[in-house]
Amino acid sequence: MLISMNWIRDFVNLDGLELEPLIRRFTLSTAEVEDIFHMGEGLRDVVAGKILSVEKHPDSKKLHLLKVDGGDKIYDVVCGAPNVREGMLVPFVKEGGMVSGQEIHCATIAGYESHGMCCSEQELGISADHSGLMELPADAPVGVDITRLYAIRDIVFEVDNKSLTNRPDLWGHYGIAREFAALTGRPLKPLETVELAAFDGLDPIDIQVLDKELCYRYSGLKVRNITKKVSPVDMRIRLFYCGSRAINLLADLTNYLMLEMGQPMHAFDCAKVDSIEVRRFDSPFTFQTLDGQERKIDENTLMICSKGQPVAVAGIMGGLESEIEDGTDSLLLESANFDAVSVRRSAARLGMRTDASMRYEKTLDPEMTVPAIGRFMKLLLEIDPGAEVISRLTDVYVRHYPPVTLTFDKAYVDRYTGIAISDEQILTTLRSLGFGAEQSGSQFTVQVPTWRATKDVTIKADIIEEITRIYGYDNFLISTTVSPLAPRKRSPQNKTDNFAKDILVQRYHLHEVHSYIWADGKKSRAVGLPVEDNVKLVSPQSPDNETLRTNMGPTLLAVLQENRAFANDFGVFEIGRVCEGTDHDGAAIEKKVLGVALFSRTRSERELYFQLIELFSTLGKELKGTAFRFANCAPTHAFQHPRNTAQVLLDGEALGWLCTLHPAVAGKLDRRGVAVCAQLDMDRFAELAPQPLAYREPSRFPGIDVDLSLLLPEGVTYADLAPAWQAVDPALLADVGMVDLFFQNGQKSLTLRFAFSSADRTLSREEVQPVVDGILENLTRLGASLRA
Amino acid sequence: MDMKEKIEALKARFNADLEAAKNSDALEKLRVAYLGKKGSVTELLKGLKDVSGEEKRELGQHINSLKKQVEEQLAGQVEKLKAAEQDRLIASAEQYDVSLPIAAPQGSYHPITVVQRQLEEIFSSMGFTIEDYPEIVTDYECFEAVNVPKDHPARDMQDTFWLDNGQLLKTQTSAAQNAIMRKYGAPLRAIFPGRCFRNEATDASHENTFFQMEGMMIDKNISISNLIYFMKTMLSEVFERDIQVRLRPGFFPFVEPGFELDISCLICGGEGCPTCKHSGWLELCPCGMIHPNVLREGGIDPDEYTGFAFGLGLTRLAMMKYGIKDIRDLNSGNLKALSQFKHE
Repeated sequence: MLISMNWIRDFVNLDGLELEPLIRRFTLSTAEVEDIFHMGEGLRDVVAGKILSVEKHPDSKKLHLLKVDGGDKIYDVVCGAPNVREGMLVPFVKEGGMVSGQEIHCATIAGYESHGMCCSEQELGISADHSGLMELPADAPVGVDITRLYAIRDIVFEVDNKSLTNRPDLWGHYGIAREFAALTGRPLKPLETVELAAFDGLDPIDIQVLDKELCYRYSGLKVRNITKKVSPVDMRIRLFYCGSRAINLLADLTNYLMLEMGQPMHAFDCAKVDSIEVRRFDSPFTFQTLDGQERKIDENTLMICSKGQPVAVAGIMGGLESEIEDGTDSLLLESANFDAVSVRRSAARLGMRTDASMRYEKTLDPEMTVPAIGRFMKLLLEIDPGAEVISRLTDVYVRHYPPVTLTFDKAYVDRYTGIAISDEQILTTLRSLGFGAEQSGSQFTVQVPTWRATKDVTIKADIIEEITRIYGYDNFLISTTVSPLAPRKRSPQNKTDNFAKDILVQRYHLHEVHSYIWADGKKSRAVGLPVEDNVKLVSPQSPDNETLRTNMGPTLLAVLQENRAFANDFGVFEIGRVCEGTDHDGAAIEKKVLGVALFSRTRSERELYFQLIELFSTLGKELKGTAFRFANCAPTHAFQHPRNTAQVLLDGEALGWLCTLHPAVAGKLDRRGVAVCAQLDMDRFAELAPQPLAYREPSRFPGIDVDLSLLLPEGVTYADLAPAWQAVDPALLADVGMVDLFFQNGQKSLTLRFAFSSADRTLSREEVQPVVDGILENLTRLGASLRA
Repeated sequence: MDMKEKIEALKARFNADLEAAKNSDALEKLRVAYLGKKGSVTELLKGLKDVSGEEKRELGQHINSLKKQVEEQLAGQVEKLKAAEQDRLIASAEQYDVSLPIAAPQGSYHPITVVQRQLEEIFSSMGFTIEDYPEIVTDYECFEAVNVPKDHPARDMQDTFWLDNGQLLKTQTSAAQNAIMRKYGAPLRAIFPGRCFRNEATDASHENTFFQMEGMMIDKNISISNLIYFMKTMLSEVFERDIQVRLRPGFFPFVEPGFELDISCLICGGEGCPTCKHSGWLELCPCGMIHPNVLREGGIDPDEYTGFAFGLGLTRLAMMKYGIKDIRDLNSGNLKALSQFKHE
């Protein structure tokens, strides 16, 4: 929103103050100022010039040769404006002067010297009108500086609208002026209005608020005999500086009032609208708004009607039919208050967020409607004294906001601020902002003004803000908190995530990536995968991104595919969220999981797969001192290989899976490379209590390693063999490890190393041999045989 | 030849033999020949038994002196040969090219992780608990519990990713405030980094999925003065230099009063430059005193306790720190970009 300091100064005397520092102070105490503009700065030596004579240029259809009286002398000027005529008074830049920041020098135009320039409003920077020269009133003194004639010089600043969302009172200059009054300690002048009680003897307007839910107040007044059509220049300049566009006197006045008081108003042509109903309709219809658009009005949209015919979308925009036209000489003035949420939603539905709707959606003060009419009449009568009020003020006040009174004591302020702000300062600040503030002992009683009581200030903490922002946060003495010493608990989730990342990055050289919580249909298709059905977004940004991912696989496979050119051998991981459908209450089953995917053109699929097992085993051991078990299982996702998909198990619970790729997916991923992927439930993993470390005295006696090379029949796994040594005392058999594994003549050859040791003696071969024989016997029963 | 002459002759012969012995084998033979069981020196010693008295003592000294000399000279020669052999090995050894480009495989952390960890360390050092929170939350967690009014625009369809089961993707880390207050009660110091979601169009500076880190400190007598002090101290640590902060009023439903916090521009230090639009200040993060309704809803009595909360844009901090221009790189999975963050 753009704010004119000239306008502010109508309401608070800022004489003798530097304005820019004051505006910066506004940023720190009220709302963010985004920019400051110095209006009229690009003008120098622009005066009221009188065109003494107009001669056609001999060689040009458009150009004229003028003699212009600049007050000090007569200037020869070449001018191309279409509306130039003898006797006209225009803004005239003398040679050496400046307009739009450009110096005007003597120039030769089409063979004739021009010693100055006559200007349009656009060239002066006071409107967008460039259709011709600006015509000054006939009584303007020739030679007077244009900036003395009109309020062209001004400082205008732009406030970030977002920082005003919770301040309905700041959507007009008067509210902003109140802030400046509080900041400078200077009084705020009352708004000059017309005393509307003078018209109480006239007939009321027929105003019926049929929708008492969405319309809080509707005030109206009828006026006729309006003869002036064009707004005064200074008013048009203010409108233009504040981002509005001059249209005609009545439309301009409603806009001016909105910018001044923040109260949106609407002027109906009284010849077309002379009674009002405020209502919603039961069935949808189309309605032409004054921007010429056909709008679809539904049953939720509040409408202003007259004799059953809709004439405006309440709080948003008027209708084209009842628009003020050039011939309009009487009006029905609307100054109303509508439900904020309803206006916001209707504006969003209709796709037209207007200056009016933007204000209504902030929850405006309904007390403002009547003073706004008084102010409108004051301005109208100043401009057009012949205008005649023909109705009494008709005011249907449906819903009042309850008055807000807050009490608090000084100790509360001290505790909340942490600094000492004096009683006097508290009272002065609150009163300057329009609050009623009284003190009794250490107790303060505060009456919140109506313009702050619609939603903004409701609790005593809100009062703290009023006091401190005017006090100035820059003026705070700052101090550290004083709190009891307490040990910090580090959550197992955070610890587990961070340790796991360290292992994956530092030991396995994987790259951490981030992706999205939803499945990416496009990327999934690229690796030949359907998107699994799951919880969906109601309004996705693309139909391809509407379904939440059920697991990390497709995400990471897509990452591998997109990075194929990155390296011949690399791996990625993400600790992120997936959604495994919903529980019986319909709530999403969200899980934080670790996803890992490895890609290689140099290593075999088997190497990668066993790398995954090593990696997960390392995580289990390093983080929890626990040994995961891996067991083949049936695939549950399309990318998983039917034979090589396994569960990560701990005490019978599946904590994750790993897999090689189904040929259909592997083929699409890369022709030369292989890939594997895996997932681990990080929530469950983090919850596992780490196994306590059980320290054993190191044995002083050497142990004996016995290697057995076994031939295994098809389908027999290591896990199948393990029972063979299950019965051996673990105090004797310290470890079983794999030495090598290879395939020969279609048979699997596996060499295992059995490490025997004793804590109290040196083992002899003779002592161990019977145990080894027992194991061998068991192994033979399980189908294994000793390799020759 | 008497014994004395024999000793002298043997000495002379040994010196000649030693001179001729050129390798360790020859030296070993020499040792056996002189000092072995039947060696010449040993024989001489054996011959002493035929001598007696003063002469025996004198001769014994001579022979032992000879034996010592032989032993020492042999050992010296062995050492010399060993040294020569080592010199030869050294001279013939390959000198490795240490300038070769030896591959040192490195993984990489996501830049968000890097920045998040730095912050976690700072907050840990100040006694803050680090909490984790789901991404799929309820209307209650995200809005109602943190005082966002029923009709607030954030609860409308257009800004929030609602799910077809009635839940939503959390729009702000504040969605965790209530649960954390209920978990720990007061006093409380906690940070909770997390991923947030907004249904807005993406471009170089907008993402629908981004990271925030929110923090809360609740205790008796926590004041605005404390908040400013804390933010200044914490941010100076984050940016590793003395940071000036300034507070402006800002409206967020979960705090009252609420602030926008600006820091002195990191580029120009406050002088004014294009980065800070010549204001000398950079808008950094929202913060404020926790709204009494939020405390109450979290089971904490607002008449007894006060507190402050702040929200740091982790994604923005990472972009500022590393000069990442396109926010979309962060979720792209593009390893050409991400693999650069190899260490912390």
